[in-house]
Amino acid sequence: MFMGYSLGEIGSIFAMQAFAGLILFSVFVLMALGLAIIFGQMGVINMAHGEFMILGAYMTFLTSHLFQTYAPQAFAGYFFVAMLVAFVASGAIGLAVEWLLIKRLYKRPLDTLLATWGLSLIMQQAFRSIFGAREVGVQLPDWMMGSLQVTDTIEVQINGLFVMTLTLMITAVVALLLFRSRWGLQVRAVVANRVMADAAGIDTRRIDRLTFGLGCGIAGIAGSAFTMIGSTSPTAGQAYIVDTFLVVVFGGAQSLLGTIASAFTISQSQSTLEFFLTGSMAKVTTLLIVIGLLMLRPQGLFVLKVRK
Amino acid sequence: MLDVHNLSAAYGQSEVLHNVDFSVAPGEIVAVVGRNGMGKSTLMKSLIGIIPPRSGEVKVDGTDVSTLASHARVARGLAYVPQGRQIFGTMTVRENIETGLVVTGKTLIPHEIFVLFPILKEFEKRRGGNLSGGQQQQLAIARALASDPKILLLDEPTEGIQPSIIKDIARVLRQIRDMTNMCIVVCEQVLSFVLDVADRILVMENGRIVHSAMREGVDEAAIARFLAV
Repeated sequence: MFMGYSLGEIGSIFAMQAFAGLILFSVFVLMALGLAIIFGQMGVINMAHGEFMILGAYMTFLTSHLFQTYAPQAFAGYFFVAMLVAFVASGAIGLAVEWLLIKRLYKRPLDTLLATWGLSLIMQQAFRSIFGAREVGVQLPDWMMGSLQVTDTIEVQINGLFVMTLTLMITAVVALLLFRSRWGLQVRAVVANRVMADAAGIDTRRIDRLTFGLGCGIAGIAGSAFTMIGSTSPTAGQAYIVDTFLVVVFGGAQSLLGTIASAFTISQSQSTLEFFLTGSMAKVTTLLIVIGLLMLRPQGLFVLKVRK
Repeated sequence: MLDVHNLSAAYGQSEVLHNVDFSVAPGEIVAVVGRNGMGKSTLMKSLIGIIPPRSGEVKVDGTDVSTLASHARVARGLAYVPQGRQIFGTMTVRENIETGLVVTGKTLIPHEIFVLFPILKEFEKRRGGNLSGGQQQQLAIARALASDPKILLLDEPTEGIQPSIIKDIARVLRQIRDMTNMCIVVCEQVLSFVLDVADRILVMENGRIVHSAMREGVDEAAIARFLAV
């Protein structure tokens, strides 16, 4: 597959595809973070996670429009406002969904799969009714456009760099919350042993609601990032949900580091292989690698070892 | 302090706890003894709310808590040290204790806990899952004490622990009682530990309390007969 390229060209291709992979990696990480903390803590597989992401993307689209219409002079900074709006909107809907739907299904974990899948269909149709079936794109402010010329043959996009910085920051904040805050302490206790956490005085239901809201909110931010690499349509979330599940399972649902490492592996192999093979062959190869590794390590990449 | 009235509990259709009645006064240590499968753990679990009671009342300081979830009972002053310890293995010793602190709203672990269990201070950064059985038991008690309870429930605290540490645990329980005037209910099968720690002994058989005796003048042979297999 390397026929017809010079060695230098192959180097450049790898570098640029790796960089493109890093943007995909950012979206995966943001999606998987939310999915992993929700699945790790509550055992709920949120099939509507992709739609929460798309909700964030639509919020970004709306915010950019509002800025263009009412405050064009502040357009350069709209993206930061949009991220906040996306987080709050997805988080608030997440809280409401937990309260109306998920809360009632904790004793039937498999049914949450069906219920959230139904929710995803409802959300898709709601997007279609409200925003229309056509794809929408977001206008980027000038400073995010263009790319940096690293060498003659390698260039990196500025918005890609921005998305990655954003992802690193959000991951750091989530890690801090999980390992340094009272909420994180309670989440980890519930993940370890729900019944005992309750008997130690932790209001597990309240923690569940907060976690679900936060997970969905992060998906909203992922949606903001997503607007830079893809166009937003009612069903665009579907394309990402399967890959994100793969990331979560491969990484080990309870490990933040595992989630990041697995998002990296999957996005990089996907992106690099896509250039040389077709899109579907790239997917097949990635899946084969993941399946092979999961056979060797069924518990995921990173799992802490302690005495039982 | 703790009044249990007509308490019944069931797993599905099979009732395993039948109309249990007893009270514990402040500063009293009560041991519930009995063979395996007689309902001791079920009694403990229904007191803390892991198993909802079928009927009856559990009163803490005169208010019925039997309809509340576990964490709300902890807020009312119950604390639970489960069988098998069930500490959070991947969390550090300090974090384990802090989970008990959540309900009080405090952020600092009370100094007395580390006075009672100096080993936990020394190991505070280790993961709970890497401690020995005896240390984990101390950690489980410390976690329960962090919620500042009025009533401490312990389910077989001597299970799987070496004899010298069993003596330590008995000493610590009496020390806690002397310091705080807490009431302590402990389920046990090890008679020597029971005689070492308890003020009063209740014997359970088939989900009922069939015998009750004060520590002073207890007929050890009679209790031992209830424990013999």
